Amino acid sequence: MSDSNIVLDMKGICKTFPGVIALSAVDFQLKKGEIHTLMGENGAGKSTLIKVLTGVYQIDDGKIILDGKEIRITSTGAAQKHGISTVYQEVNLCSNLTVAENIYIGREPMKRGAIDWDTINKNAKKLLEDRLNLRIDVKKLLSSYSVAIQQLVAIARAVDISRGILILDEPTSSLDSNEVKELFKAMRKLKDEGMSIVFVTHFLDQVYQISDRITVLRNGKFIGTYEAAKLSRMDLISKMVGKELNNIESISKKSRETSFKLIEGNFVKTLKLGKRGTIEPFDIDIKQGEILGFAGLLGSGRTETAKVIFGIDKSDHGTINIRGKEYSYIYPLKAIQEGFGFCPEDRKVEGIIGELSIRENIILALQSSMGIFKYLPMKKQQEISEKYVQLLKIVTPSIERRIDNLSGGNQQKVILARWLATNPQLLILDEPTRGIDVGAKSEIMKLVMKLASGGMTIIFISSELQEMVRCCDRVLILRDRVIIRELIGEEIQESAIMKTIADGGISYGQN
Amino acid sequence: MDKTKYENIFSKIYSMAIFWPLMCLITIILINFIINPGFLKIEMKDGHLFGSLIDILNRAAPLILISLGMTIVIAVQGIDISVGSVIAISACVSATVIVSNGPVILAIGAGLFAGLLCGMWNGFLVAYIGVQPMVGTLILYIVGRGIAQLITDGKILTFTNKSFIFLGTGYLLIPIPVYIAIAVILIMYFIIRKTSLGLFIEAIGVNREASRFSGINARKVIFSLYAICGLLAGLAGLIICSNIKSADANNAGQWLELDAILSVVIGGTSMSGGRFYLGGTVVGALFIQSLTTTIYSIGVPPEVTLVVKALVVITVVLIQSPIFRKMLNTSSITRNYKIKKVAKL
Repeated sequence: MSDSNIVLDMKGICKTFPGVIALSAVDFQLKKGEIHTLMGENGAGKSTLIKVLTGVYQIDDGKIILDGKEIRITSTGAAQKHGISTVYQEVNLCSNLTVAENIYIGREPMKRGAIDWDTINKNAKKLLEDRLNLRIDVKKLLSSYSVAIQQLVAIARAVDISRGILILDEPTSSLDSNEVKELFKAMRKLKDEGMSIVFVTHFLDQVYQISDRITVLRNGKFIGTYEAAKLSRMDLISKMVGKELNNIESISKKSRETSFKLIEGNFVKTLKLGKRGTIEPFDIDIKQGEILGFAGLLGSGRTETAKVIFGIDKSDHGTINIRGKEYSYIYPLKAIQEGFGFCPEDRKVEGIIGELSIRENIILALQSSMGIFKYLPMKKQQEISEKYVQLLKIVTPSIERRIDNLSGGNQQKVILARWLATNPQLLILDEPTRGIDVGAKSEIMKLVMKLASGGMTIIFISSELQEMVRCCDRVLILRDRVIIRELIGEEIQESAIMKTIADGGISYGQN
Repeated sequence: MDKTKYENIFSKIYSMAIFWPLMCLITIILINFIINPGFLKIEMKDGHLFGSLIDILNRAAPLILISLGMTIVIAVQGIDISVGSVIAISACVSATVIVSNGPVILAIGAGLFAGLLCGMWNGFLVAYIGVQPMVGTLILYIVGRGIAQLITDGKILTFTNKSFIFLGTGYLLIPIPVYIAIAVILIMYFIIRKTSLGLFIEAIGVNREASRFSGINARKVIFSLYAICGLLAGLAGLIICSNIKSADANNAGQWLELDAILSVVIGGTSMSGGRFYLGGTVVGALFIQSLTTTIYSIGVPPEVTLVVKALVVITVVLIQSPIFRKMLNTSSITRNYKIKKVAKL
């Protein structure tokens, strides 16, 4: 215990919220110059522990010892003063400021009473290049860069503020594999320089690539801290879920083959549908009852394609044919009335209505499809909400709770419930498992399979190729806003998808 | 057992959005009662009810109307600062009809239509052109009184048409404006809380982008809300001009938009949109009117009236603020409570 290597020692941390024990007697030790991963399912208490450490929440009980001295972290500012800095899962920067401004906001270097812009821009550039190997124009607005780069900028800011302890709360959930590599390189470098890094992620591969030690939490309780090299994957998963995991792999296409039959005929067909500057005109023939995957890197046009099909982005080219009816463009309400549903990628911005209750969030799409005057009676609303809360195992004390009080996985389930309540025939799932834990992931994947065997058509978009391989009947691969290849049945392999993305493949349509 | 049940009810009431505005209103009425014990008295004269409370209700009616309109606009992260000018336009339009001996129905219809048109203009700018609400409604705020002056040719129109004046001064046991206000409150409650409009308004106010993904046509909804707000301002304009038997392009409804915004805020609706409280707004408007009446009735010198008003408003807004209440709580009440609890253990 008196190991001088330990920079941060949290003992018996307790934190309760009304109706929920978020942390009960959790211990956490961080050594100098290590990468320590925090693992656990949704609601395990990872986020709460981090928020305690960063001063967002105050602990009810327990001790936090930093460099041998007991400290109280009363605010986020106090945490920063103690040299603890954090990058949260969702980018928390100002997209309307430049990259350099974002890095130095609130602590701008001054020169003769004015902000020293030259130094800011110079230092920001140097910081990004030296520590993250990122060469970008720091004078451009943050919003002009991709989410991935924005994330790296957030990390650069945190690195610059930090003196010893850096917390990365799921920094990789919006990065593609190359960017993850770059990030890991930067993390290893920081570690060698003596930085202690607390890392939270849901990607098992990444855990083993980068961690020195792993601490597992479950239901707010401390399960244990392990050397990464000595903990097998299966052990880790079973510690996280608290039981021997039924092999997730067993959910496979084969299990639904019996009930699965493509219904031939007109369902949804696009003809040169496109939107200038967003997605090149595409022809897709969606068959009823299939799980159709859109694969590709971030920015390849997979989300954009889905948005045009659902009418979020108004197409300016071509037509979409739904059950024989032809439209030159559609809009979300029309799409919903035609039986479409869309779980968007960015849950916080496009999905949840934060201040409203779970009930209101669930019935929203159903209600909007019914119009203003056919208001669902309260009893019916409660009935529908209760039904889906039970069906999807949404963990909440009440359906009247605000949705933004739920954990990420539960929020995602509420959004799913919103669409299931409309009884859709075509459900578009854009990264439905992004930023949620292993348990909820497999639950959602199982649900997708179940829905598809019930005859629902699903468009599935995911960065996790494994998930695509496991569930899709057909995969369209996109690159640079063009569909470049179609894979069917046995052709769908991770290697094939990756190779196509890398090589460019044969142009789809001329095939 | 009984006690916990009692406490539950209390905490439920305490957490209701209307609790604080209601407390403010009750407090100001009590203050009045202490200063002037005759304050609560209501007399029957010639088959009409008279008294300070009735008077407050009567005078608050126009404010209630525009505050309700303001509430739904603020709920979608908007604001309508043109309502005072819209009041002037509608007052001048209907007065012009009356003065030129037009039928009363036409006068009322024209006034309302003018208000609706103004609201639609605002809605068009905000919802379809994407002008920021403050800027969009500022246009009509400025030009509105100019339009009103053009309509009346720069004159103050006075009239004596009995049936039209009845709208603002008539009595049927209680004053006619009170009936109008009650009717509007009920209609607003019905079209907003008994249809899904209320849900859509709150969804748009919290997260417009996510509402769009759920199929809500935010533009249409926002446009309609500004139109409703304009229509209600038009109605308020009719009451005001018929009450004073004249239409003054420069002064009708002046500064009323600010009182309306204040009523909304006191009623518990956040300026950043989302959840809104029609009941709270009504109570807020009654509070503002009571405050104005009180300031006059207890004889606050005119030169300090505005300062007194400001002080009261600051107090109310502070009490409304959860952060401030938390500060109060942690500093005194709960600390004592906690100490007692610990001592017991």
